[in-house]
Amino acid sequence: MPLLSGLEINAMFNVNDIRKDFPILSRKVNGKPLVYLDNAATSQTPQQVIDVIVDYYSNYNANIHRGVHTLSQEATDLYEQARLKVQAHFNAKFSHEIILTSGTTDSINLVANGFSALLKKGDEIIVSALEHHSNIVPWQMLCDRTGAILKVIPMNEAGELVMDIYDSLLSEKTKLVFTNHISNALGTINPIEYIIEKAHGVGAAVLIDGAQSCPHIKPDVQALDVDFYVASAHKMCGPTGVGMLYGKEEWLKKLPPYQGGGEMIAEVSFEKTTYADLPHKFEAGTPNIAGGIVFGAAIDYMNAIGFDAIAAYENELLDYATKQLLEIEGLKIYGTSKNKTSVISFNLEGVHPYDVGTILDKLGVAVRTGHHCAQPIMEFYKIPGTIRASFAFYNTKEEVDVLVASVKKAKMMLS
Amino acid sequence: MIVSIEDIQNEIIDEFSMFEDWEERYQYMIDLGKDLPLIDDQYKTDSNIIKGCQSKVWVHAEMKDDQIEFTADSDAIITKGIIAILIRTFSNQHPKDIINADTGFIDEIGLKEHLSATRANGLVSMIKQLKLYAVAYQTQLK
Ligand SMILES: Cc1ncc(COP(=O)(O)O)c(C=O)c1O
Repeated sequence: MPLLSGLEINAMFNVNDIRKDFPILSRKVNGKPLVYLDNAATSQTPQQVIDVIVDYYSNYNANIHRGVHTLSQEATDLYEQARLKVQAHFNAKFSHEIILTSGTTDSINLVANGFSALLKKGDEIIVSALEHHSNIVPWQMLCDRTGAILKVIPMNEAGELVMDIYDSLLSEKTKLVFTNHISNALGTINPIEYIIEKAHGVGAAVLIDGAQSCPHIKPDVQALDVDFYVASAHKMCGPTGVGMLYGKEEWLKKLPPYQGGGEMIAEVSFEKTTYADLPHKFEAGTPNIAGGIVFGAAIDYMNAIGFDAIAAYENELLDYATKQLLEIEGLKIYGTSKNKTSVISFNLEGVHPYDVGTILDKLGVAVRTGHHCAQPIMEFYKIPGTIRASFAFYNTKEEVDVLVASVKKAKMMLS
Repeated sequence: MIVSIEDIQNEIIDEFSMFEDWEERYQYMIDLGKDLPLIDDQYKTDSNIIKGCQSKVWVHAEMKDDQIEFTADSDAIITKGIIAILIRTFSNQHPKDIINADTGFIDEIGLKEHLSATRANGLVSMIKQLKLYAVAYQTQLK
C-alpha cells in the first residue's frame, strides 16, 4: 500500500538533510527564521508523516472493526498494523498489551480509574516530586475515591529523586508507584530500573510516564519489567490527540474497563454486558484512527533515523548549549543532574522568565516559560518559573547560537 | 479637568507611532513599567492578584472625588509596562467611563500579541479586573 511505502528516510544522520523533512522549520516568526526550542511541549512533524495523514484521508478513511466492506477492512488493517509498530517499538510481549489512547494524560487516567476498583483505605501510592500535573491530579482523585494515601519521593537541588527516601517510603502498604521516566521541567532521567525493582520487592505495580523519554530513547518494557508505560505521539514527531498505554497482560486483565461504549463490548443486553477482550476492552468508541496510523508512521520515521544517533546528537547539542548559556553572567540552570536529556531550564538573575520568553519570541526563538505544569518543582526552587529550551534532533548548533545571542539581548533590554 | 480616556489613548498611540520597530516599542514599554504608580505594600495581597497571568499582577483601586485611582505592581517588567499603559488610560476617571471604555488601542500600538489567548490571558484579565472595580464603585455611587 502506498500509505506505508511512501515513507522514505535518509539513513545517514545529517541534520541539514533531516531539517528538509520538516516544512515548518523554514517558516518565519515575527520576521525572523523560526528557532523552535519547545520540543518538550510538542515536536514538529516531518513531511513523510504529514503525507500519511493526507494519504489516509485521501484513500482509506472508514470506520474500523465493524465494516465488511473493503475500505473498512483496509483501515482496520492499517490501524492494527500501527498497534504492531507500537508493540515492536516498545518491545511488548503481546500486541493486546498496547492500548491506543488519546495521549499520556488519557493513559494515566485509564490506569488510575482502573485502580479505584483495586485499592482500599490505607493503601499507599508513591509519586515523584518531579511530576507533571497530569501525573499528580489523577492520583489525588484516586486517593479521594478510595481513601488511599499519596506519598512523595522528594528531589534534591540538582533535580534528582532521593532514592534513600524512596526506599524508606516503600512498604507492604504500597500498591502503586508512579514517576516520569524523564522530567519535562528539568530533563532529569530518573533511575526507573531501580524504582521498578524496589517496588516489585514489596509487590507494588509501577507506571512510568514516558512522555518525555520517548522522543529521545527507545524503552524496552520487557527488559524494564515495568507494569505500565505511557507516552504521547505528539512528542515523537506524530500527531496530537493520540498516545499509548502499555500494560502487562495480567494487569490489564485485572483492571476494569475505563469508558463504556461501542468497540469495547462483546455482547450487550439490558441485563448484562460482557466486555471485549484486550485491547478493545479499553478502546470504547471510534478511536482516533488516522492518529493511530500516523503514530505508527512517526515511530517508523524516528527509528529510521535511529535512536542511538538521535541521543548522541542531542547530547552534543545539550553540552554545547549548556556551556554557551553558562557563560552569560547571572544565568542559572535548574536541573543539573549528570543524567539528563536535551532540556535546559534556566533563569536570568533578577529577571522574570515571562519577560525573557516575550523578547525571545520577538527574535523568532520559541521557548516555554512558566512552571511547565510542575508547580511543586518551582516551589522547591522558590521561583515563579523558568525559561525552558528543549532541543530535538533537528535543531542545530547555529540555532543554539541564536538562542544564546537572544538571551543576551533580552538581558540587555530587561535589566 | 479630566482628560478623556479616548484622548489619553490617542496620546499613547501617538507616542508609540514614533517607534520604528518592536525593540523600541518594548524598550519604551519597559520604561513605562518603571514609572508605574506602585501599589502600597499593604494592598499587595493574594486577594489582589489578577488570575490568569503568567507573572503576578497586583491591582488596587480607590475612589477619590467620584474618580477611581489605580495602583499596581508586577514581578515581570513587560507586564508592568502593560499595566502602566492601562492604568494611565483608566486612572482618575469616572467609573462609568471606565466601564464603557474601548481598549482597541492596544492593537494599534502594536501589542496585539498580548491579546492572544495564551499571552493576553494576562492582558484580557487585567482589563476585565479594572472594569470590575469600576462596576463595583459605580454601584456604590448610585
Ligand atoms: C512528563 C509529562 N507527562 C505528561 C504529559 C502530558 O501529555 P499529554 O498532554 O500529551 O497527555 C506531558 C506533556 O507535557 C509531560 O511532559
